[in-house]
Amino acid sequence: MAEAKLTPEQKLAMYHRMLLCRMFEERVYFLFLEGRLPGTIHQSQGQEASAVGICSALDAGDMITSTHRPHSHAIARGVSARSLMAELFAKETGCCRGKGGSMHVGDAGAGMLPAIAIVGGGLPLAAGYALAFRYLKQPNIVACFFGEGAANIGVFHEAVNMAAIWNLPVVFVCENNKYAASTAVEKVMRVKHVSERAAAYGIPGETVDGNDVEVVYQAMVKAGSRARAGDGPTLLELETYRFAGHSRSDPGHYRKPEEVAAWKERDPIARYEARLLAEKVLEPSEMTKIRASIELELETAIAQAEQDPSPKPEDCLTDVFAS
Amino acid sequence: MSSQASAVSNQEAQGREMTMVEALRAALREEMRRDDRVILLGEDIGVEGGFGGAFTVTLGLSEEFGHHRVLDTPISEAAIAGVAAGAALGGLRPVADVQYGDFLFLAMDQLANNAAKLRYMSGGKLSVPLVFRAPVGATTRGAQHGQSLEAFFMHVPGLKVACPSNPYDAKGLLKTAIRDENPVIFFEHKLLYGSKGARKEKGGLQVTGWVPDEEYLVPLGEAKIVRPGRDITLVANLLMVHKSMQAAETLAREGIEAEVVDVRTLTPFDWETVFQSVRKTTRLIIVEEDNLTGGWGAEVAARVADHCIGHLDAPVRRIAAPDTPVPFAPVMENFYVPSAEKIVAAVKELVGTHPQPWM
Repeated sequence: MAEAKLTPEQKLAMYHRMLLCRMFEERVYFLFLEGRLPGTIHQSQGQEASAVGICSALDAGDMITSTHRPHSHAIARGVSARSLMAELFAKETGCCRGKGGSMHVGDAGAGMLPAIAIVGGGLPLAAGYALAFRYLKQPNIVACFFGEGAANIGVFHEAVNMAAIWNLPVVFVCENNKYAASTAVEKVMRVKHVSERAAAYGIPGETVDGNDVEVVYQAMVKAGSRARAGDGPTLLELETYRFAGHSRSDPGHYRKPEEVAAWKERDPIARYEARLLAEKVLEPSEMTKIRASIELELETAIAQAEQDPSPKPEDCLTDVFAS
Repeated sequence: MSSQASAVSNQEAQGREMTMVEALRAALREEMRRDDRVILLGEDIGVEGGFGGAFTVTLGLSEEFGHHRVLDTPISEAAIAGVAAGAALGGLRPVADVQYGDFLFLAMDQLANNAAKLRYMSGGKLSVPLVFRAPVGATTRGAQHGQSLEAFFMHVPGLKVACPSNPYDAKGLLKTAIRDENPVIFFEHKLLYGSKGARKEKGGLQVTGWVPDEEYLVPLGEAKIVRPGRDITLVANLLMVHKSMQAAETLAREGIEAEVVDVRTLTPFDWETVFQSVRKTTRLIIVEEDNLTGGWGAEVAARVADHCIGHLDAPVRRIAAPDTPVPFAPVMENFYVPSAEKIVAAVKELVGTHPQPWM
């Protein structure tokens, strides 16, 4: 299949979106250290090409499912920084009205179900949503994000197999960031690539450079077209790395400094920036402008979130059942 | 409504005697005809030449509605539940089932963490209208095919729990559950199915019931007084409604009038009907097939203590299975499952109890 041609506007949009993911996470990190955010956070610095490459290949009516590390997925899908920030601040204006928190951000209206924070738990939901798309004759697909750690939980097998036998319009997107919390993938998996497991379900599997946003985008266009055509799911593995620890308190001592440094050389944003500069799609002056506009967007989001009302304590009691 | 009153009104309506299986099948058929979004998922439910699920409830439905609406799944309970939840989020009305309720533990994460919580986690923006049918009850299949699991699910906020005791309620409740916007766990007792032929359950009760031809719904959250009485209240569900009725008939011959309340659903729970009955009779026994500790009857006892303590003339008693796995040997299983005799003995003890100074 021929590669989809990316226009300069699309490339700039992907760059902008990746930068928004990164700068959002950096601001959130400091807000957290300053004690201004409750709860815990699982950050995604370094994985922006995966989130943005996948979501840039989706249509407006498509859906994504996400994980306990969902901030970049949400931003890439177009959930507003404002409603995300408000949710992290536990405010009524948050995308889940303060009932979700960092691990459950999402907005079905924007094409993202609330993130599922039980590892692997989102896979059958994604398959089920895809079943509804097909049954209702909607031309849409689901992109299901999960980590390589989730490839070892039983429901991965059940969900991928069920989607495969029914040719459901879903793309299983494995973000292989090499560590399940502190456990290295080599210790818990004998196959080299998660995508090899696709053979067990009779579906295509592919491993690509998850730190190259255009490579990710092209792989998703291919898998997405297949799903839209009724040819069933693909297991797409994106090789990537998280620069941050697993969660708020993790300094990452289980990783060698050389390994981290080597992956930082492959920073998806720095790489793409250099490429776009070389292609003259991006001018240095424009870079400064984009950064400034993101700074402003985030400043505004934080200022508004801080001023926004908290939910009332007794709001705890609502939304358990639909009436 | 008393059983006598319903019998009178039923004689005037068009309808017929049905088994539980026939009533459940009729509910599925009617709802599938009414609403294209209703689909079924489960193991062995639509296979041509198969048996219509473990207890024949879905027999004939794939022939009428097609395999795109009656989906035979792999043996993948977690994915059945999760796919059903995802399809519900996506606009369908899935009715999934497990062959034995015991297998729900395999689906627990999808039911308790996803289906039950997605509405809440989304701040009220989403709903998960799915039904999960599950057969329960001890039937000489031993420890992993005979449990009663209602209490586990009653404990999870966001799940509704239905547990009908007869064909009329089963049909009306299942239709309501399918139309409900929330996940409903729908328990069916294997000894009440009354299915004919090869799948007939040994020891099963020949429970049939009058089911009108005309469409009707039974709301979730309304208990039914299936036998009025003045001396003691027996609160029960599923098979235990029948055991309580047997006990009540025995007691009536000795001049003791027990009121039997069929809870019909555990979530939502019709507290008011139970409280009113207890205030009238001043004595209460809760009868359940679940293990005693942490069973749903414990919740009923606690609420009654809170709301009706001043009306009680005897301690609240619970009759439940002992805290053991379900045994296999029929002689042990008969000991394990609460019997009408045990209920009769407990009632006699409590009715003989006189009010204490602290009461």
